[in-house]
Formats: sequence, C-alpha cells, structure tokens
Amino acid sequence: MPFQSTVGDYQTVATLETFGFLPPMTQDEIYDQIAYIIAQGWSPVIEHVHPSGSMQTYWSYWKLPFFGEKDLNVVVNELEACHRAYPDHHVRMVGYDAYTQSQGTAFVVFEGR
Amino acid sequence: MSKKYDAGVKEYRDTYWTPDYVPLDTDLLACFKCTGQEGVPREEVAAAVAAESSTGTWSTVWSELLTDLEFYKGRCYRIEDVPGDKESFYAFIAYPLDLFEEGSITNVLTSLVGNVFGFKALRHLRLEDIRFPMAFIKTCGGPPNGIVVERDRLNKYGRPLLGCTIKPKLGLSGKNYGRVVYECLRGGLDLTKDDENINSQPFQRWRERFEFVAEAVKLAQQETGEVKGHYLNCTATTPEEMYERAEFAKELDMPIIMHDYITGGFTANTGLANWCRKNGMLLHIHRAMHAVIDRHPKHGIHFRVLAKCLRLSGGDQLHTGTVVGKLEGDRQTTLGYIDNLRESFVPEDRTRGNFFDQDWGSMPGVFAVASGGIHVWHMPALLAIFGDDSCLQFGGGTHGHPWGSAAGAAANRVALEACVKARNAGREIEKESRDILMEAAKHSPELAIALETWKEIKFEFDTVDKLDVQQ
Repeated sequence: MPFQSTVGDYQTVATLETFGFLPPMTQDEIYDQIAYIIAQGWSPVIEHVHPSGSMQTYWSYWKLPFFGEKDLNVVVNELEACHRAYPDHHVRMVGYDAYTQSQGTAFVVFEGR
Repeated sequence: MSKKYDAGVKEYRDTYWTPDYVPLDTDLLACFKCTGQEGVPREEVAAAVAAESSTGTWSTVWSELLTDLEFYKGRCYRIEDVPGDKESFYAFIAYPLDLFEEGSITNVLTSLVGNVFGFKALRHLRLEDIRFPMAFIKTCGGPPNGIVVERDRLNKYGRPLLGCTIKPKLGLSGKNYGRVVYECLRGGLDLTKDDENINSQPFQRWRERFEFVAEAVKLAQQETGEVKGHYLNCTATTPEEMYERAEFAKELDMPIIMHDYITGGFTANTGLANWCRKNGMLLHIHRAMHAVIDRHPKHGIHFRVLAKCLRLSGGDQLHTGTVVGKLEGDRQTTLGYIDNLRESFVPEDRTRGNFFDQDWGSMPGVFAVASGGIHVWHMPALLAIFGDDSCLQFGGGTHGHPWGSAAGAAANRVALEACVKARNAGREIEKESRDILMEAAKHSPELAIALETWKEIKFEFDTVDKLDVQQ
C-alpha cells in the first residue's frame, strides 16, 4: 500500500527542547549523554523546575554546578537524588561550557507531572 | 625628501611591485587570482591591480607630489603560481590601514573590487581572500548578538537550530502564509523564514504578513512550550522603510528579523545590524546574488570574502550552502569559510581555501545556515559537516511531506535529535546514517514516511568552482 494514500493527523505535542522528540531514554542512553558532557570538558549541572515554570529562563540549581566532576556515577547519583527530592519536577542535565560561556548541551532527564 | 614632477606614463611595477616588503600587522592583505592579457608580465599585472585598487591612476599626476604616496599606496609583495593552472597566478597585496574608513565594509570593497575589475590589462580577476587586521576589526560592530546570545534567547542548546522557508515562496495571502508558519512551528521547527523575494508585494503587504506571522509564532510557542521565531524579512525599497519594518517586528515582540545583504547593500546591512544591536533583535542574513559574484573560478569575489565581510558588517546567521543539497559548494571550501564565520582564530590552510591567518579577536560568531534541496536523508551528513552551531533549513523537505508541514517538521526534528544523540554516544553518524534514521523512524511514523518519500532524491552534480589544488 503506498504511504501517500493515508494522510495522518499530526497532533501538536508539548516538548522540552533538545531530545524532546525522542522517546524517553534508557538508563544506558542517559549515561552515554552524560559521558559526552564530561568528555567535552564541560561542567555537569543539574536543574529542576515545576512543570508550570518550564518556560522560565532560570530553573533551580540542584546544589551547585559540579565543576570539574569527571565521575559519571557521581553525576548519575545526583540526578537521582534531585529526582527523589522533587518527584513532580522536570529535571534537566546541562553541560556548562566555560570557554564559550554557553551551555554545550541541555536536555530533560525526568519529566515532572 | 621632495621629488620632481615627471609627467608621463610609468610602468606600474616600478612603484607597486615590492617583493621585499614585509606586511605590517595593521595592513589589510588581499589575495587576488589574476589572469592577464597575453604578453603582459605577471609583475606588471599584479602591480596594476595593487595600483588601481589603491592610490594609482594610469598616468603620473602632479598632485600626487602634494602627499607621500609611499605611505598610502597598496603594494604587491608576493606572486604565486596557481596549482594546476598555467595562465593564472595569485597576487598578494598589502594595503595600509589608513586607506579605509573605520568600520566601513562598503569602503573596503569599493577600493578592492572597484574599477580594477574592469581593467583592460586583465582578462579575469578574482578576489580570493582578505586578511582583515585586528585594528580594522575593532572598528566594526559585527554580529549584533552572535551565537552565544542567540542560543540564550532561543533556549536551544546542544544541537543545530532547525528551520525552513515558507513555500510557495510567492503568492500566499498574509493569513494563509501565517498558517504555514504555524504548521511548521507546531510540528517542531525552531524557526521559519521569509523567502528572500518576499518583501511587500501586492499579494501580501509586509504589515499583513508580520501580524499574522506574529500570531502564529506566539500560538505555536504556547502550544509546544518551546521558544519559536520567524525571520521577518525587512529588506525594503529604502533604508527608511527597512527601519519601519524592523520597528514593527519589535513592537510585535518578535525575536528575529532578516535582511538580504548583497542586494540590499552593505551600508543598509551595517545600519540594520546596528539597529538590531540597540534593540535586542536577532538578525538572519540571506545572500541573494552571491552566485553571480562568487561562482566563476577566475572572476569575481570568492564567497569566503563575502562571508568575512558579513561577519564584520553584522548578522547573526548567514547562508553558506549545504554541500549536499541542490546548490553549489564543495566540502573543504565550505568548512573553510564557516570557520571564518564562527571561530575566533582561523589559521591559513590552503586545503580549505584560507590564504591567511585570520584573527577575529572578540568578535561574536555567526551561525552557518544550510538551506536548499536538503531532506531527512541528508541529516547525518549535515550534522557532521556543520556541527551544532548551524541552522539547518528544509523547505521542500518540510512542506513536501505527504501529511503536510507539521508532520514534515516533526520528521526533521526526530531525525536531527536522533543524529545528535547518536553522535554524542560515539557513533559514526555518516557511516551509520541509514541505521540511525531507520531506528528513529520506528518511533515516528512522520519520519518513516519522510524517509520513504525522499529516498531517491540526490543532487550529484560536480562543483563548478573547486579549490585550486593539483589534481
């Protein structure tokens, strides 16, 4: 059957920027992305916010940016601790690039309800 | 020391060919590819180019003794063979800084590519590259915001921006046009774009377009929870009208406007960039007419020069070709000039067509825009070539989706994110492109259909303008 014979209805979805169009990542996939942040020499930062505030520029930091942290497990444990402390919040992982003074990447790991 | 006036015609090389000259850090350096008329010696041709693009005229004139031309003249200080080409050669010319008005790209080009291009002793002449001295760069405003600020304003990190041009490019009413914008943005694009020839035609006056587009952008933003924008084309008949359109875009709270810098002109572009800097507005730059100037391998101006000029004149995004799509551009050359748009220092590298070290100092970077005949299958290659600091624009590749623009947009967004995710995880995205896209399509019917629709489309023509390297 040719694809063109059926037109589907595309429904708008609310998304949270980078990786918002991919299915939720598995634990291993999340580890890969954090490993990438560390390998780039960026500082891991964990941020969280109540879903009602997701469009704010500033989300709350979880503790402070983990400057110089190279241990993947430390970052993962902190992510989970943040999620446990704020189960209804969005939690995102940010790689802060001090050279460009920009975020090398940022993506949501846990979606709040 | 004063000289005597000696009327008559001197050979250019006596004055303007100075092989012992060591260029100063403050000199503006240029590399021309010269093809002289038969029988004219290289030194004479090169010296003529230096003379005619700086202080010289064909005859000695009495009034030049009122000044010190040794201080002001351009000098050809080096001649080089063009690899694989016997009839042409490179002439390197140094121009003293004082020949140019501060911050004026218009003035630089008026000198360097002015009368000299019509000069009869030349068959062809091409400006290959310019080394702008830091002393000049510091007088230019440059990008009104730059890559870092644009990312912060748009809240897009860790991936290229995703956009598309609204099609059909001409003939839609303002309201229908806004509908297409809305469809694209709700489907997952970050940005949409006025086509370059959309200005303010009878079928759609600019104010009408701006108002409907603003509504579409705001609505899509509300519904998706992401930051959206549309490049409102402010290219206009007069500078006054251009500023009027820019002001209205600001009144509508839009984040980004657009200008065509070659047809509009450098003076207009620099003015609009200054306006954007003052008003916190992002500026997207189109490059209509560039191929007229930059495509012939022996005549005109190479695009790397036009790209450098734009970074100085001001723009936050510039079209650079796609390498893989329907428009001309070879990979190494493109990498060479996108470096010059984005990096703070670009070393001389002939394999990328860069003839000089170019230090940009603290000048912000410009997003490289890849647009023209690209579709989802190109995504892995585009990400590999352009990296994150780029804006990938799929026109036909969005609106041509069998389900419409929103689904087309979603397909592109899924493909882009799948490629970024795979790259970060250490996969070779160009080699594994098929697997990466097919895996992603399992979760996205929109992508599966897009992959099916465009599976056969390729644009495999050889480039007309290649790097000068021995084959």
